Amino acid sequence: MVRQFLLNVILMLVWVLLTGAFTLADFTFGFLLSYGILWLVSRLAKDEGKRYFVVVPKSIMLILFFLKELVKANLHVAYEVITPGLRIKPGIVAVPLDVTGSYEILLLTNLISLTPGTFCVDVSKDRKTLYVHEMYVGNKEEYIKNIKNGFEKRILEITQK
Amino acid sequence: MTDLIVGSIAFFGALFILMAGIGIVRMPDTYLRMSVATKSTTLGVGLSLLAFGIHFQEQMTTMRVIIIILFVMITAPVSAHLMGRATYISKNKLWDKSVCDDLENKYDKEDNLS
Repeated sequence: MVRQFLLNVILMLVWVLLTGAFTLADFTFGFLLSYGILWLVSRLAKDEGKRYFVVVPKSIMLILFFLKELVKANLHVAYEVITPGLRIKPGIVAVPLDVTGSYEILLLTNLISLTPGTFCVDVSKDRKTLYVHEMYVGNKEEYIKNIKNGFEKRILEITQK
Repeated sequence: MTDLIVGSIAFFGALFILMAGIGIVRMPDTYLRMSVATKSTTLGVGLSLLAFGIHFQEQMTTMRVIIIILFVMITAPVSAHLMGRATYISKNKLWDKSVCDDLENKYDKEDNLS
């Protein structure tokens, strides 16, 4: 995957040197153009050569999904704060983890903490459980299923070997 | 046209920060206050910085704005997590109408590791 990324950067530099313009827009266009060319070429390669072209769109999709969740949950909490009478049902839920590496747990924890209404209190010592304090615990199993289908599935798609 | 966009984004940024402030006063529990405060202020500060970056259309300003937003989004959840853990260890009770508490007796008495 590093090889594909280096090839991408080299082709971008070739494009910039050929056109002779060194603005940020030219760098971006060169990067996208070389990404497209390398993707067309990689259709003949084996599976390891194709991983780069699977990971990059999925990462962009993860960022967009996260931004949508952030705005939606913030509006929910803002509505809750303004209207009289509290409708919250808080609680601490133990979520079993599927991701194992340190960086993946960090990414999942940050993503959970940034959608309002939830934040992570602790990770258990053997890194198998995540304790999340949540504002609207309707049904515990349903909440755990929501987190696993939403965030964890996408992170596993990106980082699985 | 740019003024309209910048004005509306800055307006929503300030509105979310106001929501965070009201939320801190209204919530009955330490954990709830922390969660409302960190998340809403992160989004509000992000939107205000975005409006600032769009208004001054220079390259250096825009790059710095993007990096600042990224750093705030990386470090705010870590600080919220540490404060939440410290609050739980110093035996601050949850709100009495809470639904469930899975972290009841998981901490060792001496070294506070679960």
